[in-house]
Amino acid sequence: MIGAGVEVERLVKNFGGLRALDGVTLRVEPGERRAIIGPNGAGKTTLFNIITGLLPPTEGRILLEGRDITGLPPHRRAQLGLGRTFQITNLFPKLSVRDNVLLAVQAADPARFTLHRPVEAYPHLFREAEALMERWGLRDRAAAPVRFLSHGEQRQVELLLALAVRPKALLLDEPAAGLSPAETAALAEIIRGLPRQTTILLIEHDMDVAFALADRVSVLHYGGVVAEGTPDAVRRDPQVGAIYLGTAAPHF
Amino acid sequence: MRPARLVGIFAALFILAAPAFLSTYYLGLLTKMLIFALFAMSLDLLLGYTGLPSLGHVAYFGTGAYTVGLLSLRVVKTFWINALAGLAAPTLVALGFNLLTIRARGSYFLMITLALAQVLWGIAFGWRSFTGGDDGLPGIARPMLGGWSMAGEVPFHYFAVVVFGVCLWLLSVVVRSPLGRALVGIRESETRMRVLGYNVWAYQYVASILAGFFAGVAGVLFVYYNGYVGPAYLSVVVSGQALLMVILGGAGTLVGPALGAAIIVLLENFLSAYTERWLTTLGIIYVVVTLYAPRGVLGILRDRLGGGRRAAT
Repeated sequence: MIGAGVEVERLVKNFGGLRALDGVTLRVEPGERRAIIGPNGAGKTTLFNIITGLLPPTEGRILLEGRDITGLPPHRRAQLGLGRTFQITNLFPKLSVRDNVLLAVQAADPARFTLHRPVEAYPHLFREAEALMERWGLRDRAAAPVRFLSHGEQRQVELLLALAVRPKALLLDEPAAGLSPAETAALAEIIRGLPRQTTILLIEHDMDVAFALADRVSVLHYGGVVAEGTPDAVRRDPQVGAIYLGTAAPHF
Repeated sequence: MRPARLVGIFAALFILAAPAFLSTYYLGLLTKMLIFALFAMSLDLLLGYTGLPSLGHVAYFGTGAYTVGLLSLRVVKTFWINALAGLAAPTLVALGFNLLTIRARGSYFLMITLALAQVLWGIAFGWRSFTGGDDGLPGIARPMLGGWSMAGEVPFHYFAVVVFGVCLWLLSVVVRSPLGRALVGIRESETRMRVLGYNVWAYQYVASILAGFFAGVAGVLFVYYNGYVGPAYLSVVVSGQALLMVILGGAGTLVGPALGAAIIVLLENFLSAYTERWLTTLGIIYVVVTLYAPRGVLGILRDRLGGGRRAAT
């Protein structure tokens, strides 16, 4: 049996006395685009950190395309095709855009452990990096250290690095965080244009973006999934309106 | 041609031609600068490139020096055997120590590297019958190489130049290699490297072993240069000096720490004629550099001359 794209089973995470995740179960089909919404502190980023292996779960299992990856370190999960972006921009600030992209391209290349030849001996890495920057409209900024980029450009590089490793499943943690409405719209277009076979989990505060991009939506509240369904169904769910958007939300 | 490159070529010519116009004393001082430059560059691989601040780097330097000293005084005088053992021993120490150190970060890394190095210092200081204790190991003779005696300052200078040159070339290849680029990535963001698929631990382990090996090379050169090794060459003071050389010169540049080493060796030599307060002086230098030149002397030079590349980018 082919497994789900990404599956988590009864995931529990305790931070001392605080239960951040309380038995989260999600099944995201291959190629599905799933938005995960919920108020601040619902456990969304914790969930991502556990799926990518940056945090160990207290209990539960994580499966990537049917394979149990619960015990694997982050880099093994990445090599198996799990990519992610960070809510708080996490790049190589002193390095140029080109060097940022090169590190991402190199991550999936057998040359990544080579120490006896300069990186220039692998022109295919540079070609791939140039092609990626070209496609993403960052070619003009290739030589600029990313810390000198605008916030919007940095968010773009953030997404580019995650895509450079050609993930089968991609976890996007508030990709539009801090972007202007125009930038958000542009980014949403980019996400919409990603390969359809890529499984996407998307944490997003902007409801319009989340509901427009997602095939299905899961609502996380106090560490548990309280609602799940198509964007329309979730939008109409009165419980969701109550806990997430406030009962007084007029458009519900 | 870039001004920075011109300066480099001038420095190389100066080092090569030095025996023609420097007195024996100053030639010896220049050789010492080269040896500590190599030591500082080996630490730069850890501190400047990988972002791991070691306060125990002297462990590998001292292990190399003591291994050669002990073997040549007590076992056999054959240069190649002693030198190879002098390189193997610190590499093995690095293999063992860094299984323990790499899990720690920041000041914890500083502390655990210091503690492990202090263990070696304790052995050198305390095990009198084996290491000579506080007296150390005097009378270590310089080797014969292919019928040429290295005893004089001139042949030994060229010997050190060749070893330094080869190591500089090797290190510069490593830092430009895919692995070297990954080390810089780890320095900049460990979590990003992890989720990209890099085994961060393995890279840091390899970097620490390479750093240990090259520090060992410097230690072997030094013990032949100095003819003596004692517990002082396993002490935290030397580790601290090496850190200062890297920061003063400009971390993450290889050439900067070499420059920093030259400055510190030179200063120590001149100031020791006037004051006993060498450690105080080092402290003042450290404060001044971190406040006014956080990118080090090389950073200042590159700003003035222009055309240079930024540190480890």
